[in-house]
Amino acid sequence: MHSDTRTPLPLKIAAIGGLVFLLAPIALIFVYAFTTEEKSFQWPPPGLTLKWFGVTMGRADVWEALFLSLRVAAISTAIALVLGTMTAAAVARTRFFGRETISLLVILPIALPGIITGISLRSAFSLLDIPFSTWTIVLGHATFCIVVVYNNAVARFRRTSGALIEAAMDLGADGLQTFRLVILPNIGTALLAGGMLAFALSFDEVIVTTFTAGNQSTLPIWMLEELIRPRQRPVTNVVAMLVVLVTVFPILAAYWLTKEGEHTEGAEK
Amino acid sequence: MSAGAILPARGGLAPRLLDWMMRHPAMFTFLLVLPIVLWLGIVYIGSLIALLMQSFFSIDEFSGVVKHEFTLSTYAELLRPANFDIILRTVVMAAAVTLASAAIAFPIAYYAARYAKGKWKALFYIGIMLPLWSSYLVKVYAWKLVLAKEGILTWIFEKLHLMWLLDGLLALPVVGGNSLSVSYLGTFIVFIYIWLPYMIIPVQAALERVPGAMMEAASDLGATPGQSFRMVLFPLALPGIVAGSIFTFALTLGDYIIPQIIGSGRLFIGQAVYVQQGTAGNIPLAAAFTVVPIVIMGVYLWGARKMGAFDAL
Repeated sequence: MHSDTRTPLPLKIAAIGGLVFLLAPIALIFVYAFTTEEKSFQWPPPGLTLKWFGVTMGRADVWEALFLSLRVAAISTAIALVLGTMTAAAVARTRFFGRETISLLVILPIALPGIITGISLRSAFSLLDIPFSTWTIVLGHATFCIVVVYNNAVARFRRTSGALIEAAMDLGADGLQTFRLVILPNIGTALLAGGMLAFALSFDEVIVTTFTAGNQSTLPIWMLEELIRPRQRPVTNVVAMLVVLVTVFPILAAYWLTKEGEHTEGAEK
Repeated sequence: MSAGAILPARGGLAPRLLDWMMRHPAMFTFLLVLPIVLWLGIVYIGSLIALLMQSFFSIDEFSGVVKHEFTLSTYAELLRPANFDIILRTVVMAAAVTLASAAIAFPIAYYAARYAKGKWKALFYIGIMLPLWSSYLVKVYAWKLVLAKEGILTWIFEKLHLMWLLDGLLALPVVGGNSLSVSYLGTFIVFIYIWLPYMIIPVQAALERVPGAMMEAASDLGATPGQSFRMVLFPLALPGIVAGSIFTFALTLGDYIIPQIIGSGRLFIGQAVYVQQGTAGNIPLAAAFTVVPIVIMGVYLWGARKMGAFDAL
């Protein structure tokens, strides 16, 4: 692509320096999970130990927070998948009154600062006398997860040829069969990628959750409390490392899925 | 319908319902968007408007009860020195973070877009995506480890015999402090780190779209590498930078967790909103504070649109 294949040295240094800046703090988390130091953030670690993994495994509050986070992320992702796909199908395939408004509406919850979404939902819940529960957390998360699924689905719908659906119907497939045998296989990987990103987004969300959670702690809320009022730093270190590990896999998987989905059948007319 | 004459009628409720919808596409579209309109259009927008309406109410100074009558006095309160400082501090921080992010992101995006091949390309992809999708709080926590007085950064400065530099930076008025983790400088670094991927991605996308032939043409026509960078590549990358700046600027304006964990303890807009709606119980003032980033971003987006940033997203 570039005629001049030599890389200017200052550019190379700046780019690699940037890469180190981006990755080193995350790598550091992995070292601190093994440190024997309990009170401070001393570097280099005075010694290495596996003890804190055992302690973390025995902590009920960590497990509760983890399970709540997983439950919330799973339900929010499911809601986002259904609503996001429906909206994407409508926006990509047809032109109707208010179409632009809807595509703006979907983006709004992540375009506005989370604190605004959080406070608005909180006041809506108190206005409607809805008590805080797992479901209020889910509603908050689904609100901003929809856009991730929607973005992935709408792009794929646009690439999928409408002729495919017409052909299926002409050949006698009913609506359900068309959806199951033609539409779903075509948009499947896009939904999987969108769903995984939505899951990661929900699993990590803290700002909206602080307003919609009541007394329950998701894992990020647990982390936040540890950051403000540390109780047992080594446990926080271990949890931080496990959270990084949990988020790495969906990213890599989503990358491979969207990469392979680039060439969809019917895309080239 | 002629379809009925050719194909046998289908049994079952679901297929019949779907067939009916296929024959009424407008109705089908309506049903597809109905849930999203109900939830986002009515509940979400409704509560947003309800919140913003609150900013036109005021709070009774003696009883602490919200007075439900139209007034602009809550907005006037934003201009009081204590509150105005919060706004100014946040906007200056957001601007500084945006400029610094652009400066740091550009070489990374440039290298990843135009020079990195094969293994390096994958490494850059992971290097940008991993911090982007890693847990926000874990990243903030990682920086607490890095910036702590007994942490790795102090250790590096010591090993390089540069302690005088770190001490000098911390001795600076306003931006300095006892250690990096309780100074504006620390807040600034963490903001850059957290939002940097949002800047790299659109810049890289803009740079990747510049045709190689265009760069060749520039050098064939006698431009030095510096000239073709300044006069061809950079102007074409600018919409990408503006697009990235929307994220860095907006996210810094609204964040309230980073300055709370790594910072000097002086409030930013997000924290002010949180304090006002929570412990202080002054919902009208909290609502007025949330209007500030919305207005600033409205102006910013309008300007960005003029520069063609939306085509680069």
